[in-house]
Amino acid sequence: MYSTKEILETINMVSRQHLDVRTITLGISLLDCITDDADRTAAKVYDKIMRKAGDLVATGNAISEEIGIPIVNKRVSVTPVSIVSAASRGHMQIIRALDRAAKEIGIDFLGGYTALVHKAMTPYEREFIESIPEALAETEKVCSSVNVATSKAGINMDAVRLMGKVFKQAAYLTRDRDSLACAKLVVFANAVEDNPFMAGAFLGMGEDDCVVNVGVSGPGVVKVALEQVDGDLTEVAEVIKQTAFKITRVGQLVAREAAARLGVSCGIVDLSLAPTPAVGDSVAHILEEIGLESVGACGTTATLAMLNVAVKKGGIMASSHVGGLSGAFIPVSEDAGMIAAAKSGALTIEKLEAMTAVCSVGLDMIAIPGDVSEEIISAIIADEIAIGVVNTKTTAVRVIPVWGKKEGDTAVFGGLLGEAPIMPVNRSDPSKFIHRGGRIPAPLHSNKN
Amino acid sequence: MKAIVSVLGKDKKGIIARVSGALYEMDVNVEDISQTILQDCFTMIMAVETGADSPKFDVIKQSLRALGEQIGVQINIQIKDIFDAMHRIDTPTK
Repeated sequence: MYSTKEILETINMVSRQHLDVRTITLGISLLDCITDDADRTAAKVYDKIMRKAGDLVATGNAISEEIGIPIVNKRVSVTPVSIVSAASRGHMQIIRALDRAAKEIGIDFLGGYTALVHKAMTPYEREFIESIPEALAETEKVCSSVNVATSKAGINMDAVRLMGKVFKQAAYLTRDRDSLACAKLVVFANAVEDNPFMAGAFLGMGEDDCVVNVGVSGPGVVKVALEQVDGDLTEVAEVIKQTAFKITRVGQLVAREAAARLGVSCGIVDLSLAPTPAVGDSVAHILEEIGLESVGACGTTATLAMLNVAVKKGGIMASSHVGGLSGAFIPVSEDAGMIAAAKSGALTIEKLEAMTAVCSVGLDMIAIPGDVSEEIISAIIADEIAIGVVNTKTTAVRVIPVWGKKEGDTAVFGGLLGEAPIMPVNRSDPSKFIHRGGRIPAPLHSNKN
Repeated sequence: MKAIVSVLGKDKKGIIARVSGALYEMDVNVEDISQTILQDCFTMIMAVETGADSPKFDVIKQSLRALGEQIGVQINIQIKDIFDAMHRIDTPTK
């Protein structure tokens, strides 16, 4: 029998501290849908999603009822569409089929309008990437990602240059919705193949036909646990570790149950602490609880590094297989503490970039003025991607150049995507660097200083 | 299915009787029970197991929630696995 304290701890984590499982993401391989005919491929894609993920939402809701813990999102990730559509060039038909299937089965997002071009692009992959703005503007549920670099291949700067343009176009095409399409688009270095989180989820080539990956949440639980701690940083790290263990165990249970009920394999639990805009569900507030006046202050990188490592140590023991991005997320628009710090000027893009060197996953959900040039956006991407490539970790960029808005304004995306103050950007011109194109060679894997 | 019923709220007469009665009606067996009163807040934890004639889990959950609203306390039921997962190291991995 459990003690009253244990039972109440679990109940309070849900009712007062926003404990939830952020997502059950069902990865579905589309490799067996490939044909050389666009319409036939799209029809096969639609059928497979409906067949494999038709019960996903009901299954997620049933598990949530039984364990008494909300499962906020149910999502699907698929094989990179640029691979599925290469033979038929039918990417627009496929994304429409994916969007329609996603709406019919009632999931929140579907990820995988993706291209992996970390070394070079085929002519078709270039065409595919150029289609992203229109594809995202036209659809509602589908998310897109492009891997432009790896630690082994270096950085494909032609792709980086192209992505600056893609972000600008996506922003323009959804200018009536605060450039929302950019919130569904992410550029990666070292993209992972089993990520359950959006916008970057896709199912990699080394994966099963159908697999459940789960992303946990729970910044509020960590914050409340730390409120009881009056000790030194060793004690703080220990409490974070123990709390992360409990949170991850919930994710592990959900992953196991969902896989069993859907009759598919159980993939990984992603240990990322994912915030939401709700009060009391903020990663920034954890750092402030540790002892910063505001996130963005000197000391932010150190506290975040400690948080990230402690979360992983607790989570790894709690889960059979850890994967995905697994680190604290710092999406500005989705975190009440980050929003406040960006508004007050305490948090800048430069500090966020430094923070991404020690945590998952990158410059995330950052709104910038709509008139920032595509070259500057490409250069922001290049900087962030370089951090990932040199440090052998995943980094990403999801910036929103909000059309028609300027520094000091606010962009509103709604729901989990939240709202973001438009942050100032260094306007010094990097055009010559970006226009050079080519490839930045892979880094050294020794002599690391 | 093994589950934990938790009852939280202001102490009053008949809580145990009414909750046990409702569980009996749904063919749910009470295996263990513990109760404390902290600063006038009644906390009861019951370890239960559903029977062959029990309704579906969501129906049991809904009935208990409705009973809670009638009595003026919060009644919840969660499967035992979630507490094993969070509070015991040696959770079966199946």
